[in-house]
Amino acid sequence: MVTTERRYKVVGTRPIRHDGVDKVTGRAQYGADIRLPGMLYGRMLRSPHAHARIKRIDTSKAAALPGVKAVITAADFPPDEDEERVTNFGPFVVKFRWYRDNLMASDKVLYQGHAVAAVCATDQHIAEDALRLIKVEYELLPLVLDVRDAMLDDAPILQEGVKAPESMGQGADKPSNVNMHIHHEVGDVEAGFGEADVIIEREFETTMVHQGYIELQNGSAFWNKDDEVTIWTSTQGNFGMRDTTAKILQLPVSKVKVSPVEIGGGFGGKIHSYLEPIAALLSKKSGRPVKMYMSRTDVLQGTGPTCGTYDRIKIGAKKDGTIVAAEAYLAYEAGAYMGAPIMPGCMAVFAPYKIPHQRVDGYEVFVNKPRVSAYRAPGAPAAEYASECVIDELAEKLDMDPIELRLQNASVEGTTRADGYKFGIIGNVAVLEAAKNSPHYRSELTGENRGRGVASGFWFNIGQESGAIVAVNADGTVSLSLGSPDIGGTRVAIAMQLAETLGITAQDVKPQIVDTDSVGYTFVTGGSRTAFAGGWAAHEAALDVRRLLEERAAAIWECERADVAYGDDGVIRGPKDEDGKERSFTFKEIAAQLPDTGGRVTGRADTNKTSSGPAFATHIVDVEVDPETGKVEILRYTAVQDPGIAIHPSYVEGQVQGGAAQGIGMALNEEYFYDDEGHLLNSSLLDYRTPTALDLPMIETILAEVPNPGHPYGVRGVGEVPIIPPAPALHAAINNAIGVRMNKLPMSPRAILEKTILAEE
Amino acid sequence: MVTVLIPSVMRELTGGRDRVEVDGSTLRQVVNALEAQHPGTKALIIDSGMIRPEISIAVNGDIISSGLVEPVPADAEVVIVSAISGGGR
Repeated sequence: MVTTERRYKVVGTRPIRHDGVDKVTGRAQYGADIRLPGMLYGRMLRSPHAHARIKRIDTSKAAALPGVKAVITAADFPPDEDEERVTNFGPFVVKFRWYRDNLMASDKVLYQGHAVAAVCATDQHIAEDALRLIKVEYELLPLVLDVRDAMLDDAPILQEGVKAPESMGQGADKPSNVNMHIHHEVGDVEAGFGEADVIIEREFETTMVHQGYIELQNGSAFWNKDDEVTIWTSTQGNFGMRDTTAKILQLPVSKVKVSPVEIGGGFGGKIHSYLEPIAALLSKKSGRPVKMYMSRTDVLQGTGPTCGTYDRIKIGAKKDGTIVAAEAYLAYEAGAYMGAPIMPGCMAVFAPYKIPHQRVDGYEVFVNKPRVSAYRAPGAPAAEYASECVIDELAEKLDMDPIELRLQNASVEGTTRADGYKFGIIGNVAVLEAAKNSPHYRSELTGENRGRGVASGFWFNIGQESGAIVAVNADGTVSLSLGSPDIGGTRVAIAMQLAETLGITAQDVKPQIVDTDSVGYTFVTGGSRTAFAGGWAAHEAALDVRRLLEERAAAIWECERADVAYGDDGVIRGPKDEDGKERSFTFKEIAAQLPDTGGRVTGRADTNKTSSGPAFATHIVDVEVDPETGKVEILRYTAVQDPGIAIHPSYVEGQVQGGAAQGIGMALNEEYFYDDEGHLLNSSLLDYRTPTALDLPMIETILAEVPNPGHPYGVRGVGEVPIIPPAPALHAAINNAIGVRMNKLPMSPRAILEKTILAEE
Repeated sequence: MVTVLIPSVMRELTGGRDRVEVDGSTLRQVVNALEAQHPGTKALIIDSGMIRPEISIAVNGDIISSGLVEPVPADAEVVIVSAISGGGR
């Protein structure tokens, strides 16, 4: 449901996506479909230990196995003059050595599944046999798996060069697992709490969870005799992968090309590189193209999930519901190397609220688990789960409606966040009002062990660089070349914005994702940026086409360029002819004349926009808790969100539903189980429990549109914020149903029984 | 005059002030003017001629995209969002 009326011809409609038929008929080409002449198959040897020093690696027997064409270890990576320098790898900024060592360990393994060697062979079975012939001698080291344990003075140290941040006071400057401390403060927090009539302080824990993309990580490479490398990989950022591969392999960027393939889910987990430079090195050594892909166990053990966290939240309010002060302590696991999303967590934790006095302290901490990666609104679900649960408890204590309490304290235009950022026009209040007035919230819920919960969420959304090239064909169609991998329907969303600007139909645009040599630099598909930034690039490229066609029309009509205007209806109008008749061209009419009047035209744009506009969401959920098994059944779910303007409402609704489904999985079931030695015990999707269609009801959506003034079509970005409210909304609903506050994720049947029946025993 | 909002971690260098007024029409000029008034602040914002990766800067509410050459309108509000970095990154 969209709460506002349509205001454009194309934007806001629901055309069939251009790649739809290919995807539902199996014609679309994914990474696993790549086949090249002479292709070899690469496999990776991974550490069975969570923390160990590598004393010796003997690859000689593996290399001698018939069919094996190359074996590599970390020693095969080109040496770097300054391995400790901080380097940009796509959107991530990290020490060079750390990034390279995560690809393949050089001196220590830091988590189970850490890569230590790779082979390529004529078939994958030979490659797997060869792995068993590689002998690695390890010296086991003590390990630490929990964020609070890792912060203790006597914790085993993962990264020996890291010292405790000075801000941690006494004991600073000694080896530490705390890689970063973030501190934000506005107002006078102590004075603020002094004004409060009610103060609630609670502790929360969340566990490491995986993005759960269905398509496994893959990467194929061919290093030719001119030292040019071509990569085929399922990635969220072709350009980021190009740059990362070039940096790791010490090649000029112009020597590396990433060719696009379709991507079967990413959710933040396919931004980092895991295989591509290794496939390239194996290709260099063997002289043949090399294809690599992971098993599900490899993915769960060796790629970046989101972090486990420990969080402490304190909020104070007056009796009338006015929140006066808030304080957060957030400790996020980084895994083995830097990468915890602590910065966005600290910026988001209280963002839905106008709070005059705030203090936020955040810590990024190393533990012997895989380096974490982005996962849909990275850092925000854990922080906002904690703060939203306290908001719900505050409403209960003040005997207020939870939406009314949120409305009373909602951040609005001009509200300053804890980090100092001041909001522009935002849809927080519009979303809360739409939730309050929704059929779901106005309905009555009855029955034993049933409860309703609500929660809100905030996410930033980002802009960044995007390129677009628009070639006008003589039949009046246009070819649109883009650099953003299409994960959730962005091809059609961008094509629709182009069509709107040109005054043509979406079906007359043929959008395609092209390789990194064929379009301007384009940042990753992530940060809820692609429809915003890609759409803006397409809009500017369309404006370029409009200018070129105005020039051509003036030449055809032999009139002044200034007398010709391209209208938003797609009709070019000029001065009257000698007989006084109106002169005009439709888009198709002038396109047909292009070949004979100077040639076809191409518009292009490279944009770098940042006014992406934050997103807010409020979710409502009804549950029934089985008191005997602890199972939570979701009876009804409504997700309300401000997308700015929904370019293609069906795909916006799909993003909202998908985000909610992932948030529900994070809330109720998903978790990594490690034993005391750091071995992952549930490294398959049989044991790692993600929700299926059978677990969820239809998720109703309400799009409360508040256009982003910083975008030509009002887009904000939609993909990430809907993962945030499910966990706190379910926490509130469970509490409403059975009177138990679940302050640890997941709120699994076992966890609920431990707080109910087992606690009573 | 441009108003620079100082994050809490830098206020030790600004005598506790949470906002400082400076002249400047690009971000580079603003940072240099801030340094002239409050020595030490520039090093927390810039490293090797670039804005530090752990810093984000907003001009009139928009996170900047052009680094130190970002134009800064007269009377703009510049917000520095910063982290305290530990021993490594």
